[in-house]
Amino acid sequence: MFVLKLLLKNAFRHRLRTLLTMVGMIVAVCAFGLLRTIIDAWYAGAEGTSSTRLVTRNAISLTFVLPLNYADRVRRVEGVTGVSWSNWFGGVYITERNFFPQFAVEPASYLALYPEYILPEAEKKAFLLDRQGAVVGRKLANQYGWKVGDQIPLRGTIFPGTWTFTLRGIWDGVDARTDEAQMLFHWKLLSENLRARGGQNADHVGVYIVGIDEPNNAPLISQRIDAQFKNSLAETLTETEKAFQLGFVSMSEAILVAVNAVSYVIIVIIMAVMANTMMMTARERLAEYATLKALGFPPAFVVKLLFGESLVIALGGGILGMLLTLPLAAAFAKAVGTLFPVFVVSDTTMLLQLAASVTVGAIAAAWPAWKMSRIDIVNGLRHVG
Amino acid sequence: MSVAGDGGAGQTLIRIRNLSKAYVRGEQFIPVLQGLDLDVRRAEFVALMGPSGSGKSTLLNLVAGIDKPSGGSIIVGGVDIATLSEGALADWRAAHVGFIFQFYNLMPVLTAFENVELPLLLTTLSRRERKAHVAAALDMVRLTDRVDHYPNELSGGQQQRVAIARALVTDPTLIVADEPTGDLDRVTGGEVLDLLDDLHRQLGKTIVMVTHDPKAAGRAERMVHLEKGVLVPDPAPGAV
Ligand SMILES: Nc1ncnc2c1ncn2[C@@H]1O[C@H](COP(=O)(O)OP(=O)(O)OP(=O)(O)O)[C@@H](O)[C@H]1O
Ligand SMILES: [Mg+2]
Repeated sequence: MFVLKLLLKNAFRHRLRTLLTMVGMIVAVCAFGLLRTIIDAWYAGAEGTSSTRLVTRNAISLTFVLPLNYADRVRRVEGVTGVSWSNWFGGVYITERNFFPQFAVEPASYLALYPEYILPEAEKKAFLLDRQGAVVGRKLANQYGWKVGDQIPLRGTIFPGTWTFTLRGIWDGVDARTDEAQMLFHWKLLSENLRARGGQNADHVGVYIVGIDEPNNAPLISQRIDAQFKNSLAETLTETEKAFQLGFVSMSEAILVAVNAVSYVIIVIIMAVMANTMMMTARERLAEYATLKALGFPPAFVVKLLFGESLVIALGGGILGMLLTLPLAAAFAKAVGTLFPVFVVSDTTMLLQLAASVTVGAIAAAWPAWKMSRIDIVNGLRHVG
Repeated sequence: MSVAGDGGAGQTLIRIRNLSKAYVRGEQFIPVLQGLDLDVRRAEFVALMGPSGSGKSTLLNLVAGIDKPSGGSIIVGGVDIATLSEGALADWRAAHVGFIFQFYNLMPVLTAFENVELPLLLTTLSRRERKAHVAAALDMVRLTDRVDHYPNELSGGQQQRVAIARALVTDPTLIVADEPTGDLDRVTGGEVLDLLDDLHRQLGKTIVMVTHDPKAAGRAERMVHLEKGVLVPDPAPGAV
């Protein structure tokens, strides 16, 4: 098609200018994609949750514990299919910089509630049998080069002393949203240690994880559980696992709002740069557009040429930026290690990148196209020379 | 490309009556053309002469339908183009007018062939028909060996020949040329004038050409002199 040929040739007339504009687009679209992926990663904990799990915690706050004997009473609540519990351990592996979550859990019931952790049967058995054993996610194991059988020493910050675990298994997530950056070990080990020191919290747990039969009944079952412990010494607050995780995210909500805003500001900036380039380009070709109009081409033809050219540059840069986002995100995820358990460029992000590119191209062409379609032929022809 | 009022040479193609054009710049009112009457016969070759600023280009632009008069009528082939809407005027130009400019005004990103093909995109011709028309037009201006060249790979004279091919490829009734040799040396300018002569004699085109050069004007059948926006009688030869 003639028009396509003409606008493509126009687009690459000033190679350097077009190249620089495209580089700008690539950087902007890439930065936009990475920032959005960071936001997604922040929410990934909540996204990866199951709708058939509830979390029961102390109603006062997470720093208050719950008695172990609640487990039986929760298990008897109608609609509950399983109960497990966990304590935040907060140990340090070699140095403080090596942060990753560790939980003391009731192993058999916990693994039953987390079918998305795919653990070989033999490793699972070995873990359940070894009170000193631990299991970790694949990402964590890869980061520190751990193999099954390795000894992993953790320095306790909440619970004093050096705790050495034997790695008994490594789980793979069932999909990319599954957390592979945690460590689980036997709650009994923690409890016995506390008892030996005469600690009062030996028979207490951080939170209960509750499996339920029907996601739609989550509010009802939560109410039933909390009703059990109304007016007791430790009242409970039960919510879906998702709500529980979002509670953590909301603490950093302000940062996320800022990151989100910055991601769009970047697009607005490149839009201004691109619009300026297109206006400059259009002005230089004033006489050509006037000639086209003199020959009888309608204003719509000039509009088509400018929009086409702008879209070619914006989309060209945008698509390259999108493609570049993938390896960059992978490199970023590697560099920050297990800080973000899940760091994947989502389809939505890529769609947004594409939409942003098209919008930049269209908006950048709007003003020049409007101006050039309305130029006076005689005046325009004067610009030759 | 038939125009109302069919007939051979001798019939009036352009009839200009009481034409005026003025520019308003702020408080200033600048009259350029005032009460101008002019007839051009079908298949006539007219040279428009006059001092700089006398309004030659303005008159030519009005006749070609790329400018609007302040008053009066311009009837070309029975159509008063002063009354046409912008869109209708564009269609009218595409169908009836061929343009030749002093600085050629070719699209720099298109080859000679593509430049000549450009106005045919506004017709209903098929791709193959377009190619045939372009080849014929380039043959007419004797540029068949330069079809794949870009304007910046052509000399000024060659570029103007491409422009002439572009002007004749749609087979328009009227060809307007504003100082077509103004940017060329005498020899190349002469070649361009030869081509215009061919268009007039062989193809029977009506040509209105603005020029400063009495030699160039001498190639035309008739000279029209413009001075301060009004036509003046032909001065005796040599009195210019
Ligand atoms: N847009 C405009 N605004 C104001 N005045 C204009 C405008 N365009 C043309 N004029 C004036 O109209 C007059 C005629 O201009 P025109 O270009 O028709 O002259 P010309 O005879 O073609 O001259 P030249 O031989 O130098 O090309 C000039 O005085 C010019 O200043
Ligand atoms: Mg002039």
